[in-house]
This record gives sequence, structure tokens and C-alpha cells, in this order.
Amino acid sequence: MSKKQHDTPMLDQLESGPWPSFVTGLKRLAKDSEYMTDLMGQLEHSYKTRKGYWKGGTVGVFGYGGGVIPRFSEVAEMFPASKEFHTLRIQPPAGMHYNTDVLRKMCDIWEKHGSGLIAFHGQSGDIMFQGASTANVQGAFDELNELGFDLGGAGPAVRTSMSCVGAARCEQSCYDEARAHRQVLNTFLDDMHRPALPYKFKFKFSGCPNDCMNSIQRADMAVIGTWRDNIRTDEALARKWFDKHGMTELVNDVVSRCPTKAIMLKESKDVCRGAKISSVAVSDTNSLEIDNGNCVRCMHCINVMTGALGTGVDKGVTILMGGKRTLKIGDLMGTVVVPFLPMKTDEDYEALVEIGQKSIDFFAENALEHERTGEMIERIGLINFLEGIGLEIDPSMVSTPRTNPYVRTDGWDDEVAKINARKAAA
Amino acid sequence: MATMRTPIESGVPDNKQYLHPLMARNYGNWKYHDRPRPGVLHHVAHSGDQIWTVRAGTQRQMDLFTIRKLCDIADTYADGHVRFTIRSNIEYMVSDPTRVEPLIEALTTNGFPVGGTGNSVSAIAHTQGWLHCDIPGTDASGAVKALMDELHEEFIKEEMPNRVHLSTSCCEINCGGQADIAIIVQHTKPPKINHDLVANMCERPTVVARCPVAAIRPAMVNGKPSLEIDESKCMCCGACYPPCPPMQINDPENSKLAIWVGGKNSNARGKPTFMKMVASGLPNNAPRWPEVSAMVKKILTTYKADARSWERMADWIDRIGWPAFFEKCDLPFTKYLIDDWRGSRASLNASTHIRF
Repeated sequence: MSKKQHDTPMLDQLESGPWPSFVTGLKRLAKDSEYMTDLMGQLEHSYKTRKGYWKGGTVGVFGYGGGVIPRFSEVAEMFPASKEFHTLRIQPPAGMHYNTDVLRKMCDIWEKHGSGLIAFHGQSGDIMFQGASTANVQGAFDELNELGFDLGGAGPAVRTSMSCVGAARCEQSCYDEARAHRQVLNTFLDDMHRPALPYKFKFKFSGCPNDCMNSIQRADMAVIGTWRDNIRTDEALARKWFDKHGMTELVNDVVSRCPTKAIMLKESKDVCRGAKISSVAVSDTNSLEIDNGNCVRCMHCINVMTGALGTGVDKGVTILMGGKRTLKIGDLMGTVVVPFLPMKTDEDYEALVEIGQKSIDFFAENALEHERTGEMIERIGLINFLEGIGLEIDPSMVSTPRTNPYVRTDGWDDEVAKINARKAAA
Repeated sequence: MATMRTPIESGVPDNKQYLHPLMARNYGNWKYHDRPRPGVLHHVAHSGDQIWTVRAGTQRQMDLFTIRKLCDIADTYADGHVRFTIRSNIEYMVSDPTRVEPLIEALTTNGFPVGGTGNSVSAIAHTQGWLHCDIPGTDASGAVKALMDELHEEFIKEEMPNRVHLSTSCCEINCGGQADIAIIVQHTKPPKINHDLVANMCERPTVVARCPVAAIRPAMVNGKPSLEIDESKCMCCGACYPPCPPMQINDPENSKLAIWVGGKNSNARGKPTFMKMVASGLPNNAPRWPEVSAMVKKILTTYKADARSWERMADWIDRIGWPAFFEKCDLPFTKYLIDDWRGSRASLNASTHIRF
């Protein structure tokens, strides 16, 4: 195209250095596109004046109420070609796995309808097709949709989810993250595509307590893999690890870093036996002895001695609710609402979906406008939320019991009777 | 304009169709992994199958040329399968170990640094900034590019005590996320209200309700319904701006950058932690934000030198204590770092545990 490129002395400085430069990418696109030429012009203008110049609006595709992030330029008179620069949020496959065939088809579609700029991935997990005019949004979506992809969430809706690499490549995976991700999210597509909740609702799925998806701090419902039985051991790999790393590292990096002191180093002849004890020899004389009843499944020793120590086989998930970012009462960590849900049978996966369903229903009915699940729980108290979605209380839900005395306990005896009846029935 | 077409509400695509066949074959059946060198993971399945993963950094906001180049590399060296990590690294999986070195060579010569595994500083999770956001106090892609240029060596090597996650957010709403070190723009002045526009553009009760500190109230200004701000209460979060753009929060002079440390989402060793603010008032100095890079590097080098193996930033500070952190990193501890928001007592020291 013949359009003259804007001078971009500030952005040009972001082309040097060893890290890949998005500016070089923008320039390559601008060479053949007036649209991107003006986008570069506006971005340089932002760098020069230290202000942003995009405002929102309303743009969508036929049949859906959300999923497109509209952006209109406030400096369109200076940069008319890029006055509309909307983003399509597209849900990735679980674990963000692709083949090149599908990536190339996405590129072809975005070359035809959009700016040519794609982010893998946004902070909510969406593939972000950045930069389309209002007129081109529908055409781009239609082709992406026919390729097998669907819009993600935006606004007060169920949002696009994320799951880790999980069972596809990680030995620490404690359930089928991709299956849970698909089954849960695909149940709530109406709540994703037609925003009508008080505010956003995010699910995230991590295969183990390392929580590679950062679900605990960011998801309204965090589903984190764990196990109930004993840590598995492999003597050949344990001896291999010890030969390489030695006693000092074993003591300082494994035994003494266990948060509940559940691991002891013992002479092999002194190792205890028991239903909750696992042990492994690291040399001809020494063994590790693990008190699984006191293990909190933190993952540290398993991370250090991969393969020598491993997750158990009685696997499932812990569910935490109410994690969120800053607005409006500050960052909140998710709170345990289900200490353990097994994830083996079809019914288990359906039970997970049902907990999601009840949570969203309760949230829709009880949260204030622009209030996240965590803020709602803080306002009404965890007990009201648990009763609302029909979950039993458990001491694992708290760090400590209450420390303030301002409580009415009229129903104490009834509650004790209920708990005893439940125990007797179990 | 395209014709009206009912969407296929397909939701999350099935990832099985995209998995490397060896990964599909060993799904849920992996035994252990190790790292032969920085940037490379080696996973072994119970079946005995092995797969090598090569991880490389990208610029996240990629043009078509970059994506097609990454695809060319995947087709030549990695059977056409890739995946992305949460920090926008790309991963190539190969079942033949002799292809690892040529793949690394191809990525490196095309400008994609190989690393980001183990005890490295991984790529920076970040937000949209001036490129696409409607309330950014700064850019994100640019600040990240500038910082990753400086941290390139720490990305391609695994020399940190434990993994280090960084994030950048272009306003205090902090879409960038919790991290070992986070860079967040802070507005430092209350919004400027354009009273002529408020009545036409803003649903006033919504704006009032959104203020976390109840500093906004309805008011008549020049005979028109508008809003007013109790400026002594306002802590300049900018939450009123999205529902009411005439409350302009962005300000080129008074948008400053703050540094937060010690966030960790993993449950490993200790429970997950939130990050804490340790510095503020850094200038919004595009295009390379040198003051921010210098401070992040100072904290990182201090952590690298002082932390023990396997200590994350949060574990290290927990061991040495906050006074030592400020001293070692040469950071002033000002009164603004003592929390005064809801629940602040939990962050005060109710003990005689003091290091001298």
C-alpha cells in the first residue's frame, strides 16, 4: 500500500535487544496495511503523550451478547484508518494445545478479516484476535466458528477457562483436567455468551497443588487436583537422585522443607511400617519415611525428587471458591469448599458440574451488581454460601475456628445431632 | 457486512485432535520428568515412551509472520504440534532426542530465546496497556519487552534459587496477576470530572456503588446532575472510570509505577501468598522504563545472591524478615507500606519476633 508510515522514534527503541519485539511485528503488518500503519501511529502517540486513547462501546456477533471487546479511537481524526480496533476473544482448546494446520488457518482468517495481530493468550486464557473493524467482526467470527472455535466470555458472564498441560504430559496430574474443563464450561455456554450474571465468574483447572493455572488467586471456582492415599515411591529413581545430589541436599532441600515435618530421614532398619507410612531407600543404609496422615500434599518433595516420589493413586480434586483480583475489596484467595471430590467415574465429573451449577445459580440470585463470588461470600459469610449451594461444612475449610465470641449458638445441639446422625449413616 | 448466521455454540474445543500422538498415547500415564538443560523438559511415561519439550519465549502479541514462522519451525522439527504456556511461552514436543538441538538452533536463530524452565525468570504475564485497554496508565507489551531484554540471560539460564514469575499490570485493577515480582501502575491523583458530560454518559448510582472507599457522591454542579469526590478519601484506583469516562483518571505526569513482591500461587512448602507493595513513585518513563528495570534487577540479584535453594521470593523473605529485605534491596520503608485497609491488623506484628 502507498500510505506513508508514521515516524515512531519511541517504538523504534523497542526493536533492539534480544527479546522478540512486538514492534517489529507491528511494523511488518503496517508495511502492507493502512489499518496497522495508523494503529502504530496511535500507539506512538500514546508513548509520546503517556496516555491511552481507546474507549469501549457495543460490538458483537449475531446471536451472542458478549465475547467481543469493542475499541474505538479517541484520536481518530489523527489516525482514521484504525478508528475501530476490536478484539475477538476465542476459547482455546484445554491445555492450549494446537497443531500447525489449525494455527495457519487462524492466520489466514485473521489476514482476511483482521489486523493480523494475535495474542497467545490473554490473561483470561482467550486467544485474542486483536484488531478488526466493526464490519469485519462477524465475518471473522463466522470463519473461526466454522473452524471449530467459539467466542469466549466478556462482561458479567462465565468467562473463558484455563487448564494446565495436565494428563497430556505431566506426571503430577491428578485428574483429567481437559475433560473437566470441557464438561464444566460447555454446560455454561449460555451464561458465557449472553451475559446476565452480577459480574464475571471464572473457573480454572489445575492438575495438582502446584496450581500452574494460578486458580487459587484468580478463579471464582478453582479446581485443583490432589490425592488421599500415600505418596508413591520408586527406589531406583530415589537412589539415582541421591547419587547425584547427596545427603546435604536431601536433608536441606527435601526433609527440612516439608511444611508439616511429615518426612524423616532414617536408617533403613529403623523405618516404621503402617497403613499411612510410605518409605523408600535412597542408599544401602538410609531411607525416607513419610507420615502420609500428616502430609498436606504441598508437592514440594515430589517436585524435588520427581519420579522417586509421586502423587498417590486415590485421586480427585479440592475445590476452592472466591479467588479474585483487586477490584473491589482487594485480592482474595479462594476458600476450600470441597476438601476432596474423587474424579474417577462419569458421575464424579457430573458432580463437579453440579457444584458449578449450584454456585452460579446462587451467585446469580444473591450477589450484588459488580460483586465477585469472593466478595459475596465475605458479605454474607461462608456458612450462608455453603448452605445455599448444599455443601457440608468441614474443619478443612478454616485456618482456625472463630476467635471472636459474638455469635448466637441456639442451634448448637441440633447441629451436633445432625453431625452425629451423618457420621452414623456413613 | 456478512449475512446473519446462527453461531455453532461449540464451546471449548476437544484438545485430543491437536495433541502430539505420543502424548495422546500416554495420556494420564506419565511417570517422571527431568530437565537435560535450561529450556528443555524430558518426560518419561510408565510405558517407557519419552518426549522432549523445548520451550521458547514469544512476544505474546504476534503478527502473522511470527506465527507462521513458529509453525514452519514446528513442521520442520516437531511434527507440527505446539502448545502455549500461561506465560505465553511456546512449547515444541519431539519424540526423537536428536531433533532437540536442531530445534533449539532454529528457534534461537529466528530470535526466539529458549528457556523459561526450572529456576529461571520466565516470560512476564502482562496486560494490554496502550495497545488495546480503555483504562491503561501505561503500556504493558513495551514495558515487558524492555524488561525481558534486561533479563534475557536469566530466562535462558536456570540460576535462580527457585522459579521466578513476573507480571505487569497497567493499572491497579491488576489484571496481570500475582507474581514473585509485579510491576503495577498507580494513579496518584483523584479523577478529574468533566461535569458537562456526567449526566449524559454515566449511571450515577452505579458509579457511586463502585467506589471501594465511598468517596463518590451525587451532586448538582452548575445546575446539572453530576458527581463529586471527597478527595481526602479517594485512593485513586480508577474503578469509577469504566462506568463513567468523564471521570478521567489517566494523567501523564502523575501515573507512577509500583513494585510488589512475594506472591505465589503454588501450595509448595508454604500456603499460597499474596504479593506485597515494596516501592512506589517510579516514573512512567516510556519506551524503556529504565528506573523500573533497575529496581526489578536489584531485587532479583539480591534474591539470587541471598536465597537458599528452593526458596521462592516469598520463602526467602519469610526466612530473613521484611526489615532485612528492605535493607538488602536498598529500598526505603515508608509509612505508605503499612496497610490501613480492611483487615489490616492481620498484617501487623503482634509478637516480639524481631531480628536485630
